[in-house]
Amino acid sequence: MEQQREAGTLGMWVFLITEIMFFGGLFMAYTLYRSMNAEGFAAASHQLDVKLGAINTVVLIASSFTMAMAVYGSQTGKRQLLLVCLILTMIFGAAFLGIKAVEYNTKFEHHLFPGAGFKWESPEHDPRLAQPARMFFWIYFAMTSLHALHMIIGLGVMAVIFYYAWRGRYSPEYHAPVEVSGLYWHFVDIVWIFLFPLLYLIGSHLH
Amino acid sequence: MSQHIVSAKIYSLIFAGLLVMTWVTYEVAQFDLGRLSVIVALTIATIKAVLVVLYFMHVRYSSRLTWVVVVSGFFWLAIMIGLTMSDYLTRPEGWMSFPR
Amino acid sequence: MAAETIHTSPRVHYINANYGWKSWLFTRDHKRIALLYLASVTLFFFLGGAYAVALRLELLTPQGDLVSAETYNKLFTAHGILMVFFFLIPAIPAVLGNFLVPLMIGARDLAFPRINLLSWYIYMVGGLFTLYALIAGGVDTGWTFYTPYSSAFSNTHVLAVGIGIFITGFSSILTGLNFIVTIHTMRAPGMTWFRLPLFIWSHYATSLIMILGTPVIAITVLLVALERILKIGLFDPALGGDPVLFQHLFWFYSHPAVYIMILPSMGVISELVSNMTRKQIFGYKFVAFASIAIAVFGFLVWGHHLFTSSQSIYAGMIFSILSYAVSVPSAIKVFNWTATLYKGSISYQTPMLYAFGFIGLFLIGGMTGLFLAALGLDVHVHDTYFVVAHFHYIMVGGTVMGYLGGMHYWWPKISGRMYPEGWGRFSALVIFVGFNLTFFPQFIAGYMGMPRRYYAYAPDFQVLNVMSTAGASILGVGYLIPMVYFIWSMRYGPVAAANPWPSPSLEWQTSSPPPTENFEETPIVTWEAYQFDEQMMASSQRSAVSDELPASG
Repeated sequence: MEQQREAGTLGMWVFLITEIMFFGGLFMAYTLYRSMNAEGFAAASHQLDVKLGAINTVVLIASSFTMAMAVYGSQTGKRQLLLVCLILTMIFGAAFLGIKAVEYNTKFEHHLFPGAGFKWESPEHDPRLAQPARMFFWIYFAMTSLHALHMIIGLGVMAVIFYYAWRGRYSPEYHAPVEVSGLYWHFVDIVWIFLFPLLYLIGSHLH
Repeated sequence: MSQHIVSAKIYSLIFAGLLVMTWVTYEVAQFDLGRLSVIVALTIATIKAVLVVLYFMHVRYSSRLTWVVVVSGFFWLAIMIGLTMSDYLTRPEGWMSFPR
Repeated sequence: MAAETIHTSPRVHYINANYGWKSWLFTRDHKRIALLYLASVTLFFFLGGAYAVALRLELLTPQGDLVSAETYNKLFTAHGILMVFFFLIPAIPAVLGNFLVPLMIGARDLAFPRINLLSWYIYMVGGLFTLYALIAGGVDTGWTFYTPYSSAFSNTHVLAVGIGIFITGFSSILTGLNFIVTIHTMRAPGMTWFRLPLFIWSHYATSLIMILGTPVIAITVLLVALERILKIGLFDPALGGDPVLFQHLFWFYSHPAVYIMILPSMGVISELVSNMTRKQIFGYKFVAFASIAIAVFGFLVWGHHLFTSSQSIYAGMIFSILSYAVSVPSAIKVFNWTATLYKGSISYQTPMLYAFGFIGLFLIGGMTGLFLAALGLDVHVHDTYFVVAHFHYIMVGGTVMGYLGGMHYWWPKISGRMYPEGWGRFSALVIFVGFNLTFFPQFIAGYMGMPRRYYAYAPDFQVLNVMSTAGASILGVGYLIPMVYFIWSMRYGPVAAANPWPSPSLEWQTSSPPPTENFEETPIVTWEAYQFDEQMMASSQRSAVSDELPASG
């Protein structure tokens, strides 16, 4: 059992570093295009709702906390704690997605989705920066939707874990799936920890 | 990974620390620090990520193998971004230039 | 070797343990999964080969007269995609690796058997997607699908092929993940890291590349696909994007990918050379660490594919130096294999012939790589047949030789039968001759200036092209012969002993073919890798579960 747990954890960590490289391609594109278009990116980022972004950051960090507590519950045999914390984690995750949906909706309404209907016009916006702004929004949508997809998968995983926890499958002797799912969840949180300042806060100094 | 069980108290402390740093990031971003802005923002984000990795993900209490795996993941990302940027940063036509 | 002793196969082994298609398609046995992969990669190999035949036929004449230019583009693209993604990358790891890794370390199976089966299904789904796209009309971007042509201008099925490759990438990732966890956590008692066969070290290094590199091609393909659908400009210069960014991202994976292709083959060669010279590999630790070094350094050199792009000269110089550095561990391996031959008791059986072929051809391929690593020279030969010849020497002269050598060496273990030795040697020779005739003229043509991916060329190059096509036909015949006799041997080949070569390596200490659970009892390892002393060999033959009749008793 111990060797299986060790193998499971190692396997999840190896998988997580593939995820680092997967997201890494987008971080690479971000790094390049932001360096090229600092002004345009700042102006575009300024269009994002920083408050919502900040709330989402807090929500995700809280969900990581409850996830850690859920693992703690499974390690110490506290079934009630495990179940409650799993539920809370899922609620926070769902809240995050809900807020994200609201944000996306606003962006579509303001014609900021970088498709055919993209509009970046004076007088509110500097037309010189239309192209870099469009690039920013492409990267914004690509990164946050990839992240959201991982969140959705995470919620699915949590639902499965909750089901088995409800059925009493986990104990101090066997709780590896809870730990391993926790690792995945924390990773998704870490991606957002980087996304928030990089996407939302670069235009904050503009007033 | 050893069976070391991290206490609820440590989790709470880390949680509080993460919230504080989120607030700091937000406040600092209100000022225009030029090039320094991104460095500060990334530094704070990195500290937050390190705390999550070490405590929430138990790496502080894990085997050396786990530690090596984690570090190499981020190291490889650094290689990709670093070496690629070495191209763009050293173009003789001008910093960060490419034909428009 | 033994014509005197008659062997019998074990009564129950992994092939006859269960019958019915369900027992194969829902298996968790790494050995059966390896055979599933064997069938698939063989299919893709011959499909990719068919495309090669088509394009070599076109190249018989300087004019473009067999197919149109657009069709020709589709031919070499299909050849590249099928060979790279569906044969070279999976072949040795997914067939020989899947079969042998648990056996060589003394384990019952891989760490995650169901994920192993999943990886085969993912591979098949990706492969079928890609095949559909190729049949529906193909892709004309080259396997490197550079932007903005692939993302904005090409009218072919880029999206479908991209999806197919994206899906297949996960097969690679899961295989690598499985190997890494297995090798770390499931070695038998006494199997320390430095007692592992070098085949395992190579596969471990390969797995590192698989997990760190493949995700990058995945995201890159995804971005190209999205750009095609949504017409947003990450790589489109008209919209402020940079095509060179695509090249950086693409080659960040695709260069290490070539090490995914060669490292497992090097692992095979280490096994073949040591066994067929009855000697410990010279400098075992050097070879082991060289594998890891190749994996690590291989990630630092991708810019040498961008020498003629607008990449900065200074970055080019760094990548050039690093490309020279990465050749060092490969050279160390070649030196060490050669040193192993010295005063060895060499047997010239089929696997050894392939090993010799590998060493010589990989040497040429590797040295010509050094030509290409020099910035100035590369500018002259970039996108010519010189490059084409270089990588075929490594991939075909290297990887495929190693693959075939390994298939012959482990065939008795996999099937319980011996292949016909005479035919084995004959086809090895045919392949060697055919290969050199196909690709050596290409070095000359390329250096003289013949560009790659062209369906028509200056008449001066015709003689070389005719030689190349003639060689290709011989090579094709050479590949078909083993197909035939391997299948023949499954029914009519002589039954093999448990340990026919013989070898002290763990996979040979169980029956041929092995039982489903690999070993009757977990082995306890007390000997070093490649320990060929007489006492060891005698005891290994006694302990092997073989039903040898009379004589030995």
